[in-house]
Amino acid sequence: MIQIRDLHKHFGDLHVLKGINLDVSKGEVLSIIGSSGSGKSTLLYCINGLEAIQQGTVHINGTDVHAKNTDINKLRQKLGMVFQQWNSFPHLTTLENVALAPRIVKGKSKEEALELAAKQLKHVGLGDKLKNYPVSLSGGQQQRLAIARALAMEPEYMLFDEATSALDPEKVGEVLDTMRLLAEEGMTMICVTHEMGFAREVSDRVAYFHEGIMEEIGPPQQIFEDAQSEHTRKFLMNVR
Amino acid sequence: MQEPVSFFTGFNPNDLWFLGEAALKTLWISILSITIGSVMGCVFGWVLHESKSVAGIILAPILDVFRSVPLLIQLVLFYNFAPMVGLDLNPFLSGVVILTFYTASLVTNVARGGIESVETSMRRASRSLGLTYWQDLFHVVLPIGGRTVFPAWIGVVLGVMKDSALVSVLGYVELLKASQILITRTQEPLLILSIAGAFYFALSYPISLYASKFEKRWAK
Ligand SMILES: Nc1ncnc2c1ncn2[C@@H]1O[C@H](COP(=O)(O)OP(=O)(O)OP(=O)(O)O)[C@@H](O)[C@H]1O
Ligand SMILES: [Mg+2]
Repeated sequence: MIQIRDLHKHFGDLHVLKGINLDVSKGEVLSIIGSSGSGKSTLLYCINGLEAIQQGTVHINGTDVHAKNTDINKLRQKLGMVFQQWNSFPHLTTLENVALAPRIVKGKSKEEALELAAKQLKHVGLGDKLKNYPVSLSGGQQQRLAIARALAMEPEYMLFDEATSALDPEKVGEVLDTMRLLAEEGMTMICVTHEMGFAREVSDRVAYFHEGIMEEIGPPQQIFEDAQSEHTRKFLMNVR
Repeated sequence: MQEPVSFFTGFNPNDLWFLGEAALKTLWISILSITIGSVMGCVFGWVLHESKSVAGIILAPILDVFRSVPLLIQLVLFYNFAPMVGLDLNPFLSGVVILTFYTASLVTNVARGGIESVETSMRRASRSLGLTYWQDLFHVVLPIGGRTVFPAWIGVVLGVMKDSALVSVLGYVELLKASQILITRTQEPLLILSIAGAFYFALSYPISLYASKFEKRWAK
């Protein structure tokens, strides 16, 4: 489980996260919504240690992410992350893209890694693109490649940072479908998203962020139909 | 006043051999300094990228000196001043040392550009997979950034190869010096310079050719 306690993050004078408390338990799907600059991406970076924090703690299965003696590279294997930009490695085929980390991080043999990669690529519907280079894939396919690449590390948690925001509208669906599939399979997921339909249908809980504060969290029904905070209601009115 | 005609002798096949040997020396001095200089340049480029403060303050101006003072002046200064600090280097080694630093100073910028061409988001993605800092550097930044700046690096290589001709001022008999010797003897500057030019071309052209082949393959 992921436990976040009194998390504060500053960029210089900018106070970006102002005391976040949040628990995400195994199997849960949490969507995070909120306007631009409210600190949603930063929160994900703090969860997997890509950003340092100034106060508070983040624990993954009881391990303190930001403690000095934590092996962060080992811990990150538990946390897959998918970004807004798909970040495919352009010099590798899709198969090699996915096999790279299992091979060099987990020390799997080449055959083992490639086999695992092929399995994950089939899983996200790219079974016929194993030998393609990323340039020949569409944005939606590259984003699914990014998902397969993260899954190949066999993570316990998946963090999605606006995985569909950079896609052409007609490609959004295929990536959301892949995310839905993962959710159905019981993956624990934190999804920063602007896709309200997805947040509503797939999430167990939805959190609304406003200027570095988690203003409201609850089941989708409650957030979308009976929001307590003025800000949440305004935000939802605008995105609809 | 005219010198005795018998002093000059025409160009003969042996001279071609002489030039060929000199071309190999040009090649050898270039390979040495380009290889060592490129490795150094990569390390320096990485240092400048990583520590914008401490090392940068020391390293950047030193590299600026090597980049901006004409190579000819560097060679002559180094060759004449090295013995004063107890370094008794022959022309060949002096040439290699200066060409190496010169190459390094040029490659530093290329290398830094390569590292910085790899977006933060790409590096975060690779770190999020559990790659360590060094794994990210060697398996992601090096191949991606390396390809981006490969043409620039080839430019440096070809430039240094030509600039290596300047080592002749130290008396090292590489291609240019050999040509000068032959011109003095045969009084046939056009012929000999053409041959020397052809040798330089023969050294450089395969590099350009291979480089564009690689670039084409990567572009796929
Ligand atoms: N590396 C950084 N250095 C300085 N400020 C930063 C940095 N990264 C983010 N910020 C600032 O922190 C604030 C929160 O950024 P963050 O990216 O977390 O917002 P977000 O909620 O993800 O927004 P968006 O919906 O636009 O992605 C913003 O004001 C942003 O400008
Ligand atoms: Mg963001």
